Amino acid sequence: MAAVTFHHAEKVYPDGSRVISDFNLQVTDGELLVLVGPSGCGKSTVLRMVAGLEEVSSGEILIDGQVVNDWPPQRRDIAMVFQNYALYPHMSVRRNLEFPLTMRRLAAAEIRQRVERAAAMLNLTALLDCKPRVLSGGQRQRVAMGRAIVRDASVFLMDEPLSNLDASLRVQIRTDIAALQQRLGITTLYVTHDQVEAMTLGHRVAVMRAGVLQQVAAPRELYENPANVFVAGFIGSPGMNVVRGRLDTDDRGLVLLLGAARVPLGAGIRTRHPGLEGWCGRSMLIGMRPEALSLTEAGAGLMPATVRSAESLGHETIVYVDAALETVATDMAATARGTGDGAGPPLAAVLPGHRPFKREEVLNLSVDPDGLYCFTPEGERI
Amino acid sequence: MRVASTAAQHHGLARAAGYAVLIASVLLFIVPVLLMIIGSLKPDDRVLMEAGTVKALWPDSVSLRNYADVFRRADFARFLFNSLFITGSIVIAGLLVNSLAGYAFARLRWRGRTLLFNLLLAVMIVPFEAIAVPLFYQVSILGLRDTYIAQILPFIANAFSIFLFYSFFIGLPRELEESARVDGAGVLRTFFFIIVPNARPVFATVAILSFLTWWGSYLWPLMVTIGPRVRPLPVAIATFYTLPPLQWGDILAFGAMMVMPVLVVFVAFQRWFVRGVAASAIKG
Repeated sequence: MAAVTFHHAEKVYPDGSRVISDFNLQVTDGELLVLVGPSGCGKSTVLRMVAGLEEVSSGEILIDGQVVNDWPPQRRDIAMVFQNYALYPHMSVRRNLEFPLTMRRLAAAEIRQRVERAAAMLNLTALLDCKPRVLSGGQRQRVAMGRAIVRDASVFLMDEPLSNLDASLRVQIRTDIAALQQRLGITTLYVTHDQVEAMTLGHRVAVMRAGVLQQVAAPRELYENPANVFVAGFIGSPGMNVVRGRLDTDDRGLVLLLGAARVPLGAGIRTRHPGLEGWCGRSMLIGMRPEALSLTEAGAGLMPATVRSAESLGHETIVYVDAALETVATDMAATARGTGDGAGPPLAAVLPGHRPFKREEVLNLSVDPDGLYCFTPEGERI
Repeated sequence: MRVASTAAQHHGLARAAGYAVLIASVLLFIVPVLLMIIGSLKPDDRVLMEAGTVKALWPDSVSLRNYADVFRRADFARFLFNSLFITGSIVIAGLLVNSLAGYAFARLRWRGRTLLFNLLLAVMIVPFEAIAVPLFYQVSILGLRDTYIAQILPFIANAFSIFLFYSFFIGLPRELEESARVDGAGVLRTFFFIIVPNARPVFATVAILSFLTWWGSYLWPLMVTIGPRVRPLPVAIATFYTLPPLQWGDILAFGAMMVMPVLVVFVAFQRWFVRGVAASAIKG
């Protein structure tokens, strides 16, 4: 078991492209930390830097307090599960599990004992003499896990280990991984682009974008207190809606101007954003969780909205609507481009139950003021 | 119905024509080999006499006398050993050296790699005849004429073999090697334990191609060998022609025995060879 520390770690490729910038993070002993972000954000590179498969251009990576920048992978005492499992095709399951132990010159009896223990733990005993090509995706995934477990390594690295599995198997193995990690207590870095996986597995979740760490927090904290609009938009399914608005005062106190609507601010939002008064009279970005929107009776609606599309999940319906609000894409690259063409992303609302919505149908939506978030025009949390 | 049956007839005719072309092509290649083998089994005086008749392929009587003659008149066993030793050494040492070089080009990062790889590609197009004389000069200076070494050493490293290995290794999933390195294997152990077992097709391809090339090699052994001591079969058969009396049956028997190892090697490895050719993308 060991802590993993990143100290101003950077990765710059020879062509000058900087894929990881000033990366600072501490993964504590026994923790399962999930690195999450969109494709190409550098999360796998971070993992590969810990493994020793990518050089660290500057800064330091420490495992168990020791700088490992120049250590080859085999010296780092880490085990890694790859996205495509990387099982050795010419070896049986047993030989696959034995390989890391043989490379470390363990005694034959010890190797046998460890392999059998790992196989029993992962329900692989009956498959020990099979070659990987005859195994199903789920079985291969378990063998890859087994190969990591037999090592008794101090750190586990998992690079999108579930992305090649079908949805139902993914849920099952996700649970298995969480249980296994808890049981073994091994420090684990887990990379995924799936925020559901991140939220359900991670003790803490680190959100990355374009090589920069955006926020590290427990899943609930990340959902409830996103550090910026990118995190707000990335976490949650669908992510938070972000619109342009302005803070003002009237006889009810602080009000948010959202298009034509004026929303009085309650205690919840003022606790969340203690410096909000200083923003009075200034424009800002307002975040609205899709769950904070609800249907109201005609005439009493905060904002009329036109249905663009709807997805029924049975227990709830996600409606995408156009309202008289200037919406902003939560990917800040899009924000920088501006939404001057008037074609911002639609607002998403999660409504309970199943209800058929027609395209162009006009709804009246209201928002729970406690479900609002305030960000600077640059997208940072106020 | 009538239209359907006409279409079927056309289809049948096209098929028959296709088979006819294929059979003709097969005969074109196989008849000389058959003539050699059957001729080697005939009494010496019949070989030329029956050459233009059906009997060339259908002899009245069969005997192994010509084969016995070859062993009596020439030191065939020695030449066979020389050929097997020289070709075998080139193939085995070549597999090791060229696969390691191909791997270094495909996977390792080192200074000058691109330059050297481009040089390697350039070397592939230089015909051996162009460097034969300078090489002969070099071998003479080193005092290696009339030795096995002179016939083996210059041909172990081979640009085309390195290129074949390179093309195959570059297509192997990188994660296999990375996984092995994380599992505790260094570069060489990764190569021998993980890469080599998964690269059998390309090893078979290179083995067969270099065996065929060097088994039939004539010019260089002729240049560097002086006597029969280290001389391989192709040079030996050329001198056998000149050995009086001129006996065509014996010559054909010599030829048949020379071809046999090539056929054995090809049949033994052809399954891997076909896969290797497909995998190395060098079709044709």
